[in-house]
Amino acid sequence: MTTLQTVFEKARADRRAALVGYLPAGFPTKDGAIAAATAMVEAGCDVIEIGLPYSDPLMDGPTIQDAVHRALVNGTRIADVMRTVEGVAKSGAAVLVMTYWNPIDRYGAERFARDLANAGGTGTITPDLTPEEAGPWREVSAASGIDTVFLVAPSSPDERIQAVAECCTGFVYAASLMGVTGARTSVGAAAEGLVKRCRAQTDLPVCVGLGVGTGAQAAEVAGYADGVIVGSAFIRRLLDAPDEASGLSAVRELASELAAGVRA
Amino acid sequence: MTIAEGSLITAADLVGGGVAGDDPDDRGRFGVFGGRFVPEALIPALDEVAKIYAEAKTDPAFISEFDHLLRTYAGRPTTITEVRRFSEVAGGARVLLKREDLTHTGAHKINNVLGQALLTKRLGKTRVIAETGAGQHGVATATACALLGLECVIYMGEVDCERQALNVARMKLLGARVVPVGNGSRTLKDAINEAFRDWVTNVDTTHYLFGTVAGPHPFPEIVRDFARIIGVEARRQVLELTGGLPDAVAAAVGGGSNAIGIFHAFIGDEGVALHGYEAAGHGVETGEHACTLTEGSIGVLHGSRTYVLQDDEGQTIESHSISAGLDYPGVGPEHAWLKDTGRATYHGITDAEAMEAFSILARTEGIIPAIESAHALAGTMKLGRELGPEATILVNLSGRGDKDMGTAMKYFNL
Repeated sequence: MTTLQTVFEKARADRRAALVGYLPAGFPTKDGAIAAATAMVEAGCDVIEIGLPYSDPLMDGPTIQDAVHRALVNGTRIADVMRTVEGVAKSGAAVLVMTYWNPIDRYGAERFARDLANAGGTGTITPDLTPEEAGPWREVSAASGIDTVFLVAPSSPDERIQAVAECCTGFVYAASLMGVTGARTSVGAAAEGLVKRCRAQTDLPVCVGLGVGTGAQAAEVAGYADGVIVGSAFIRRLLDAPDEASGLSAVRELASELAAGVRA
Repeated sequence: MTIAEGSLITAADLVGGGVAGDDPDDRGRFGVFGGRFVPEALIPALDEVAKIYAEAKTDPAFISEFDHLLRTYAGRPTTITEVRRFSEVAGGARVLLKREDLTHTGAHKINNVLGQALLTKRLGKTRVIAETGAGQHGVATATACALLGLECVIYMGEVDCERQALNVARMKLLGARVVPVGNGSRTLKDAINEAFRDWVTNVDTTHYLFGTVAGPHPFPEIVRDFARIIGVEARRQVLELTGGLPDAVAAAVGGGSNAIGIFHAFIGDEGVALHGYEAAGHGVETGEHACTLTEGSIGVLHGSRTYVLQDDEGQTIESHSISAGLDYPGVGPEHAWLKDTGRATYHGITDAEAMEAFSILARTEGIIPAIESAHALAGTMKLGRELGPEATILVNLSGRGDKDMGTAMKYFNL
């Protein structure tokens, strides 16, 4: 299993930012998600976030909502998420699961952490779990040896950044702007300042997500962050593709463009 | 500034009046329920709302302004009406209706909305967003925004826009923008998701005027406190009329704001039974219902730990009710806590039972209730038969049925 620590050490040695790609399990199909995420790794993603499809994704924009809805219609279950993690981990990337809290809560936190570790997953990102509620999840994650990544936002005051960073292992996820997921024409102007404020509170790597979708944007973010996170732009490529083969080449092309960006 | 003599509301009324142990802890927990499960981006806004509300609820100027609006605009105090002909179908029990249907805009929702609209001003925000199911909260929000000069955007599921078309027109007439929500089940839960997405994007200028006692802390507490006047008034009125407290208080439960509103002043009265009636839709055995407390399990939905209709992997199950206002797969965390502590009891009422009660109240008393409220009336018919003619039951008639005429015409072939 590739760990986040290894990923960031290697990226630092290469004097570049890490590239993190997101894709929900079960989208466009159960096997299609494994194939697409693997293609993303082959074309330059260092870390893959596998989204756990959830019925009420209240911090996601229309693109991810659409993909997640299709994944649920495809009958995607947590066992499929674990199988996706296992499949993608074989490619050599560090694989995280990004999920809202309720599916973990319902599945059983201890069981989820154990199953994820057994599948070769390296950790989770939980966007609606705040430090106040994160205690039990951090304990069982530590026991299973998986990382816990939480989010900070431009609205976070320094004391919240500190509290969130204390709960994080692996890296801190900095949301570039106030809003939902989705590619935008420009990365939030607040992102660079937020990364600086994070650095004042923690030695952990800081990755920036939300609104990043092009090589130029990746290069811009790589100028100040340790990692660049891209989700909706990959999904958009798959949604727009007329068939699975062209979808795969489209995500491969985007991953290459972004990988060049983080190395610029 | 002192509060005007004879005012409805005192600081004690607003904050709970010394009812022991019923305020959430500093994490917003009622027992194991409540809390905050939202993106970190919203935490500062929730902290700000909590802070401003904590200041407002003990500020005589704020209380006086809220009181003034309730009295001169909302039409408070609302009366209680004894319904003798209706009591014949309720085992002869003495039935008293708390007439929230007589408030301006026609439902109890106006109480919370006026309080939070004043809070919006105090927060220095100029734009208000809200979700709505039946449209009553949307109409009330649009009304308060018109009154106070606030920009107003209402999120409403497409299914609800259809079955409550009249309320959509009302909101538009009041100057609100109504955004139909076409994803998920296209009902209240999806309208809430969409409102949260708007809020996280526009939080600098915008207050999310949450319409029920659910959601992340501090909404369950704030909405309860602003709705609490229903029970505070009713308790005084019942005492005055009957010389004693009622044996039972009955209310419909969707998200739970009208029920908490009338229950809360009675929580400390051990002899008063509290009964909440959820929507059993086509019957719980069909799976098409909204019985969150009686059939659901503990989970997290819309920022709060509470009872949820969910499958074995935590995916929300779509609810069903003929009443848009009860068609919600979650419920306020304080109700979850009242259920688990045994202080309140919750039951399911089917669409058919509710529509029967709807029709009976119209024919026996000349009052057309909201279909939401008809669930409480149907529950009262059963409860009255159990308790017998010696019992007094206070029912929250949370809204009027004008908005439900389309549904009633179809249902009764009128």
